[in-house]
Order: sequence, then structure tokens, then C-alpha cells
Amino acid sequence: METGLGVGILIFFIVIIIGVAGLVITWFTSYNRLVKYRNWVEEAWAQIDVQLKRRYDLIPNLVETVKGYAQHEQETLTQVIEARNQMNNPDNSRNEQMAANNQLESAMGRLFALREAYPDLKANQNFQQLQEELTSTENKIAYSRQLYNSTVMEYNTKIQSIPTNFVAGVHNFIQQEMLETPEEQRENVKVDFNTGDRS
Amino acid sequence: MMYKQIERNKRHTVFIVAGFIVFVLAVGAAITYLMAGEIFTGMILALVLGGAYTAMMLMSSTNVVMRMNHAHEVKDGSEHRRLWDAVGNMAMVARIPRPRLFIIKDSSPNAFATGTSPEKGAVAVTTGLLDQLNHEEMEGVIAHEVAHIRNYDIRLSTIAVALVSVVAIISDLGIRMLFFSRGGNNNKHPIMLIFALVLVIIAPLVAMMIRMAISRKREYLADASAVELTRNPGGLAQALEKITGVSQPVSEASGASASIYFADPLKRKTAQLFSSHPPPKERIKRLYNM
Repeated sequence: METGLGVGILIFFIVIIIGVAGLVITWFTSYNRLVKYRNWVEEAWAQIDVQLKRRYDLIPNLVETVKGYAQHEQETLTQVIEARNQMNNPDNSRNEQMAANNQLESAMGRLFALREAYPDLKANQNFQQLQEELTSTENKIAYSRQLYNSTVMEYNTKIQSIPTNFVAGVHNFIQQEMLETPEEQRENVKVDFNTGDRS
Repeated sequence: MMYKQIERNKRHTVFIVAGFIVFVLAVGAAITYLMAGEIFTGMILALVLGGAYTAMMLMSSTNVVMRMNHAHEVKDGSEHRRLWDAVGNMAMVARIPRPRLFIIKDSSPNAFATGTSPEKGAVAVTTGLLDQLNHEEMEGVIAHEVAHIRNYDIRLSTIAVALVSVVAIISDLGIRMLFFSRGGNNNKHPIMLIFALVLVIIAPLVAMMIRMAISRKREYLADASAVELTRNPGGLAQALEKITGVSQPVSEASGASASIYFADPLKRKTAQLFSSHPPPKERIKRLYNM
């Protein structure tokens, strides 16, 4: 009789202990996962940042090169320089930085279009190299931004879903904003399919 | 749609691989059943042989594969800038280390990936691919190869190849032994006997079919994952149209590594059951449906 009761109490305690242990383990793993994703988000931003700085450093050189061939295009040159200076505002949010970046990209597009009007500029070795460099950074920025957004999406999903959302609430993991993709870039991705068979 | 395709492909692979392992064990069992009327020795034999062979194949290095296909390594971005960048970008978005990059001097456009884990990954492209594809298409192909590396497809297909070889060895051994064995036919069921015999004889063929089914599934998966990386199904679809439209085979390709290429490098005309790649038309259709 009494032994039966003792065994019952023992089992009850064991169940409680297992339950608590399970909760603790879940909490730890959730916390660690959130940290991992948060670090991934930061790392993805660092990738973008590196490319932005790289381009920031390349632009003066480009402007100097173009000046030598196209003094009349002062307006375009000024736009590029202004857009570049916008990039350097330290209290900009990430999305503001990207907006400045998009402005710089379109200003640079106009600058590169000048080479059609100035054959000497087009033939300039230095200009060609800079253009190649800058195209490459632009490409990298586009892909880094994509990585950033998909990482932020995963991170936010984690923060919203059970049981991680409790942990996120307690330890102050905050949802991040995605970076807006400029309209014209989305246009570029649309490819003209001219195949007959679209079944 | 893209994520659905990825999920479905992964599920199918698990089923096929599980079936493959069961099949190898069954062949082993059938052999000893035919010889001695018991199945466990054969199963253990198949397991040991399969494990050992697979381990051996997984050891073979990237350098061997690249030598077989006459590829030379590109060490930095100075010569093929755009290709180098594409590989770096795709690896970054896939969150794997940058794979090594190799070039094969061959005018037929194609590419392949190797490396049993993302840390050992390598991508090879032919000069024909660089010459004939535009930037978008090239990025699509690179994304497809990077997807193979990230999805551990190379490990999977290596295991499949190893299992095919094991089945071939066991079945061959079994048939020879049956010829010479004068074992008594006690404690064997006649129907089981016939079943076992048939299994042993057709085993190599079936194993080959399973291997190719895995290979085809992973091609679809790599296509879907590539779109996840580039967000641009059109580039990959156009690349497929261009590459499969070329009838000239890759002359540097070794037959042994044909199934790892982006599209069949030997341009063979084979029945669907035995081809390592899905029909390009179907691949293109699925890409347009994403």
C-alpha cells in the first residue's frame, strides 16, 4: 500500500523533472538559433557594407577620368558626386542607405551612358577598368541584398513562430526590416520568353 | 511553387535511396538463399561490401575528377572576372564557402560540379560555355552547379554509383557460384527459388535504373534551387535551350563522369529510363512554371 504510494510520488517527480529539463533545453536551443540568425543578418549587412565602401572609394577616380573627356557634362558629374556624398551620412538607417545607393546607381548609369557620346572616353583603358570594377560591385551589392533579405525573412519567421517567439520576447530579439528593391531592378529580372510552347 | 518543387524533390530522393539500400540487401540475400537456403550471410556480405566500396569512392579527390576531364584551375579573378564573380556571388547567397573553379578547353558549352561536401566543392565550366552564354545564362548555370554542391548531390550520386557497382559485383559473383555449386536443394521453396534467381539476373539493370532516377531527381532539384539563388528562372531556361541545342559532344568529357555534367555531355540518344538527365524540354517547362 505505502510502497505503491511512494512509487507514485517518485514517478510524479520524475515526470516533472523531465518536463522541466525539456523546457530548459528547448529554451537554450531556441535562444542559440536566434543568435545564429541575428549574426547571419549582421554578416549579410557587412557584405553589403564592404561593397558600398568599395564603390565609394572608386567613384572619385571615375569622376576624374570622365572629366578629362567630357567637361560639358558637369551636371551628370555633379549628380554622381552628390549621390556619393549622401552615402556617407552615419545616422542613416539601412533602408535610407540603400535608397541613397539606388540614387547613386541611377546617376552612375547616366555617367556610363556618356561613353557613347565620347568615343575617346570609351576607348580609355582606365575608364574601361573602372567600369568593369563598378559593374562587378553593383552585381555583388544586388546579390548581397538578396542574401540579406532572405536571411531577415528567416530570422523574422523564427521570431514569430512558436516556441521561439517566447524566447525572442524575453531576450529582446527584434524583427528586422527588409531592404526595398528598386523598381527598375525588378524590371531587369523580367526576361522575355519567346518560346512557342508555354503549356 | 519553387519551394514546393524543392520539398517534393527532397522527399522523392529519400524514398529512392531507402529503396536502393533495401534492394542491395535483397540481392545479397537472394544469392545466399540460392546457394545455402539462408539469407543473413548475403545481407551482411552486401552491407559490408556496399559500405566499403562507397567509402572508397567518397575518398577519391576533386583533383582526380578534374584531371579526368582535362580541367585547369583558375586561382583568382584576374582572367575570367565575370565567371569568378558569379561563382562567388552564388556561393555567398547559398551560404557555402567559395568552391574552387576550373576551366575545360572545349567548344561544347557545359559545366559540372564535384566535391563530397561544400567545403571541398569545385565547379568546372567549358570555354564553350563562356563564349556562347550571356551573363544571365552563365549565372544560371553556375547557380545550378552551386546548388548541386549545397544539396550534397555529389555525395549522393557517388553513393549511388558505388551501390550500382556493388550490385553488379554481387550478382556476377552469385551467377558464377551458382554454376559451380552443387548444393542440395533442401529447405528451399520453389517459388522463392525462381524469384531469387530472377532477382540476381536482372539486378544490375535495376540498379542502373535506380541510379539514373536519383540523378534525374537531383537535376530537377538543382534547377529549382538555382532559381532560389538567382531569382531568375529565365536565365537558366535560356541556358538550357542553348546548351541542349548544341549537338556536338564535349570531347574532353570522360564517360565515367558524364552524369555530373549540367546537361548530358555525350549527347547520347538513350531511353528515358537509362538517361542521367531529365529531358531538357521538361526541365525548361518546370522553370517557366516557377
